[in-house]
Amino acid sequence: MKTLDLFFRVVKQDRLLISCAVFLLIVVMLALVGIHFTGYSYDQISDASLLPPSRAHWFGTDVNGHDLLTRTLYGAQISLFVAATGTIVSLTVGVTYGMISGYAGGRVDNLMMRVVEIIYSLPTLVLVIVLVTSLDGPIAALLKSAGLTQFPPRLVLIVIFLGLTEWLTMARIIRGQVLVLKEQAFVQASLALGQSHVRILWQHLFPNLSGIIVVYLTLTIPAIMLDESFMSFLGVGVPAPLASWGTLISDAASLINPIRLYWWMLIFPGGFMTLTLLALNFLGDGLRDALDPRVKK
Amino acid sequence: MTALILRRLLFSIPVLLIVVTLTFLLVRSAPGNPFSTEKKIPKEIMEELEKQYSLHGTLRHQYAQYMWKVAHGDLSISTQYRNRSVNEIIAQTLPVSMTLGSLAYFLALLFGITCGGWAAIRHNQAGDRFLMLIALLGISIPTFVSAPILVMIFAIKLNVLPVAGWGSPDQIILPAICLSIPFAATIARLTRGSLLEVLKLDFVRTARAKGLSEDAVLFRHALKVAILPVIGYSGPAAAGILTGSIVIETLFGIPGIGPFFVNSALNFDPFMTSGVVLVFSSFLIVFNLLADILYFVVDRRVKLE
Repeated sequence: MKTLDLFFRVVKQDRLLISCAVFLLIVVMLALVGIHFTGYSYDQISDASLLPPSRAHWFGTDVNGHDLLTRTLYGAQISLFVAATGTIVSLTVGVTYGMISGYAGGRVDNLMMRVVEIIYSLPTLVLVIVLVTSLDGPIAALLKSAGLTQFPPRLVLIVIFLGLTEWLTMARIIRGQVLVLKEQAFVQASLALGQSHVRILWQHLFPNLSGIIVVYLTLTIPAIMLDESFMSFLGVGVPAPLASWGTLISDAASLINPIRLYWWMLIFPGGFMTLTLLALNFLGDGLRDALDPRVKK
Repeated sequence: MTALILRRLLFSIPVLLIVVTLTFLLVRSAPGNPFSTEKKIPKEIMEELEKQYSLHGTLRHQYAQYMWKVAHGDLSISTQYRNRSVNEIIAQTLPVSMTLGSLAYFLALLFGITCGGWAAIRHNQAGDRFLMLIALLGISIPTFVSAPILVMIFAIKLNVLPVAGWGSPDQIILPAICLSIPFAATIARLTRGSLLEVLKLDFVRTARAKGLSEDAVLFRHALKVAILPVIGYSGPAAAGILTGSIVIETLFGIPGIGPFFVNSALNFDPFMTSGVVLVFSSFLIVFNLLADILYFVVDRRVKLE
């Protein structure tokens, strides 16, 4: 719980960071709880197509007469879910990779960092699109045989691959920290006492990295959220009955025409998404500055 | 130096090879028909088509055939746009994307460095705080949100710029601005942060002590060092502008290479997809190399290894 303590200690000091954290909490609560009190369900179609915001529909309605408030909150659920689970994937890979690379040092470290450099030089998002579109079928079959039909295959693929593209920075930072930490007396002492490498990594080094992990955690969430909505916007993201902020914005963009403006279709999901990303970036920045001894207030 | 460039270029060949192989094999092993996504094609015609496009036989055979062609600079004929070769499509669309991308790149550097520098010399004043808030907003607002909003305002409400299209100079303004926003914001933050560090250093104090004007200190001495992180970022930024232009080109109906990428992957067109991925990756490698060389030229302390 040291990590959480640190988080609260830093956030409490700054009024701006408190408001960001509170805002994010509100978005999560609205997405999970508030959605049941809108009076509509996310897939409820009606004749009330493309109505501007009114008392019955606070955010207006879309082409199929869906209530846009409900859709936006539902989109928040999906976007937040993808961002959170993708971040867990990237965190696991990045931290493990960085720790091993830094701790092993020498040849292994050199090789592992070369691999990171190569992946950096690839158009990863572009490759993710190829991977997701081509692996759609096989994964669907795999999930079906495993009896996990409640998970849409596309969603699973997006979470895994976006997680697998965003771990590089984390791995680099963690490696740098481990390189410094492993030379310190307590590690030497543990080695002298005969502790295994795995134990040293997990029990002694990992707790020392928690600060930096929290910072990059808050910065990875918006990155993955942005990637997911980018893909959904292009039509290779979350599949049809599901909707994320990216799909909602894409729907709005396709309706832009010189005759009538359906501004609410764009402003509400777009605004929600931008504010969420802004709050997450603010938090990440604030935490990084607070933990970086070189930055003085 | 030359040895380094040669080595990096040589090193990039296996990388490109891996990327193309991965893409081709993935698209080919995906359960989709590259010739039609909707209607069923009779078996005989299908076989004939596959033969025509060298997509018959085992996967290894198909791959060998394709790589042989690629090695000779022939990226094959697109299965989706039947009578057009991938080389031809790329030759037509890439210049469009590059025009848009380089303008956006230029705008991002111009606004990013100016705003970042301006904010740094007003450290912690209202102007600095305001600009940095704008910059963070610029990073947080996705291009596919900012672009439609700008279109609604400037093209539809005010009617000063065209909604979409390509060809006349006024049609490039909105897409280039939209594309440059997140990069300008990142560059502004980088410039500000690094300039703040540099202004604390001894050589800046010396320059001031010599009696140089503040402008000379800033532009001739400090900025030269402070620009380094921006150069470091310019490689990844080029990559970002490349992928970012997929969205912008789709939104503004620009005949660039971006939309082909998603369409070809969705239509299981192995040649088009591999071709576009190849172009993207080579650009990325070249830009990263250029950024490293530039870094070396500007900062003599950096040793290239």
